[in-house]
Amino acid sequence: MVAVFKNLFNLSLADDNDEKKGKLSGSISVDRVVKSFIQNDGGRVVALSGVSLEVGGGEFVSLIGPSGCGKSTLLRLIAGLNRADSGSLYLDGEKITQPEYQRGLVFQNPLLFPWLNIHSNVAFGLRARKIYRENKNEVEKFLKLVGLEKFGRAYPHQLSGGMAQRASLARALINRPRVLLLDEPLGALDAFTRMNMQDEILRIWRERKITMIMVTHDVDEAIYLSDRVVVMSPGPAKIDTVLDVPFSRPRARSNPDFLLLRSSILKILNYGGQIVEPTYQI
Amino acid sequence: MRILKIWWPLLSSSLAIVLEIWLPNSPKHPPVAEPYFLYLLILASVLFLGCAVGCCLRAGFRAIIDDKAYFYAAALAALNALNLVTNKFSLLPAIFFPTPDRILNVLVTDFPYLFADCLGSSAKLLFTGFFSGAVAGLITGIAVGFSKKISYWVNPLIRIIGPIPPTAWIPIVLVAFPTTFGGGAFLIALSVWFPTTVMTSSGIANVQNAFFEVSSTLGAGHYYQIFHVGIPAAMPFIFIGLFTGTCSSFITLMTAEMLGVKNGLGWYINWQREMLSYANVYAGLIIIAVSFYIFITMFFKLRDHILVWQKGVIKW
Repeated sequence: MVAVFKNLFNLSLADDNDEKKGKLSGSISVDRVVKSFIQNDGGRVVALSGVSLEVGGGEFVSLIGPSGCGKSTLLRLIAGLNRADSGSLYLDGEKITQPEYQRGLVFQNPLLFPWLNIHSNVAFGLRARKIYRENKNEVEKFLKLVGLEKFGRAYPHQLSGGMAQRASLARALINRPRVLLLDEPLGALDAFTRMNMQDEILRIWRERKITMIMVTHDVDEAIYLSDRVVVMSPGPAKIDTVLDVPFSRPRARSNPDFLLLRSSILKILNYGGQIVEPTYQI
Repeated sequence: MRILKIWWPLLSSSLAIVLEIWLPNSPKHPPVAEPYFLYLLILASVLFLGCAVGCCLRAGFRAIIDDKAYFYAAALAALNALNLVTNKFSLLPAIFFPTPDRILNVLVTDFPYLFADCLGSSAKLLFTGFFSGAVAGLITGIAVGFSKKISYWVNPLIRIIGPIPPTAWIPIVLVAFPTTFGGGAFLIALSVWFPTTVMTSSGIANVQNAFFEVSSTLGAGHYYQIFHVGIPAAMPFIFIGLFTGTCSSFITLMTAEMLGVKNGLGWYINWQREMLSYANVYAGLIIIAVSFYIFITMFFKLRDHILVWQKGVIKW
């Protein structure tokens, strides 16, 4: 981990594309989106019922809620993997119609291509966009960014879960997307790896000034990372509340304000009965 | 005991030499110009003596023979037993079970003909058929796997034509093709084409959709996805199809040569059988076994090379 952090300070990854960013900041706008799925038995399930959301460029937003609240569906719509039934979605004012590298996506499962080694996995986006030759050095740079510079020749099955997820992160980031969509990216990791990865994501977010939208089940994670937490509720799936997280970073998970916000989110999610309010004051 | 182990093959071959020299040959078998079996045993003895001595001198040598020592010893013992049963005591009908001496004699004297003419002709036919069938199978499989429209029109055809054993076409093919070589190559291609097509298309159908989703968010277009996600992900399946195709191409090759093509190892075996020269039949079988073994070994080497990322799914 130490090595990873050292690299970060030496590398100036924020150097490029900054001028462009002024115009194309990576803001996402979701306008009255409705989405339903047809089940195997022919019945329709409403996955999103008229959801609107504005995410500013460079913002970190978490989507949280119980299963069936449509948070992953919303993320997939933003990625362009599914089409909305009605309503529209925009990236910097441009309508989203299909997936593209400007909206990178990281899943819970790292989904590294098992037939490619880590170096080639990370280089995939550059090769697919036919700009690999001019940008060969980028691969090393991004492997370094996630602390995997020694594992370029390894194959995905040889990596641990945390390492695979880092590689997956590097693979999405090498395209320099304006928006990074994270679908429970740390859900499959153990608690310690998870906390390390949260710091890593935060660091990348800061350095790359990239908009991040993350789906998570973990209230702590949402508060620890985000500028805003979007709480969604099921039946019909919609946005319940949007909460600002006004704390400065780095955030302490044991801070009373942190815990207070945590309990109010849990309350919205109807876990009120189990909450112990902090009884002390600083 | 472990020290003794490496000497077992030498012991076995020495025993065979002693019996070969000491026991008189049965008069029921026609005599051979040269005692090739004895030469073979001497060659084996020298080889295993070298190995055993090498093992004593250098530890690295041990790995080569140690593991297989008992197997080599048993194989030599089996040859020895065969020699006793045929050449020495003539316990089996002499005409159908020739002596090892005579089989080796055929291999040596007929070698240029067997090797250059028969094996060469078979190999040419096999490779022509195999590669055209494999390429056609890959193209059909990929097209069916990726295009719903092609799948709609071609799949029924595959399902009806595919299961017909290629050899059942022989009566038609021998008439329809101007040369028997063309007909034979077509039959072999057909026998490789079917399993390759089926496994390629089902391999592509089995690729996790998430891989396509991820690659599309990384900027990959439709064709890039076909060649850089779909096909590599389906590779393990494709190789199973090709392997099945390889086995059935051997069958088709032999049948085609025995029934129509007037050339090659299959034809040679059939011809020698009609002449009742069973020593030649066995010699032909040995050549077939060795060359097909080499073919399949090379095939698996290629497979391991391409599928390094998941070595050892099919063991050979």
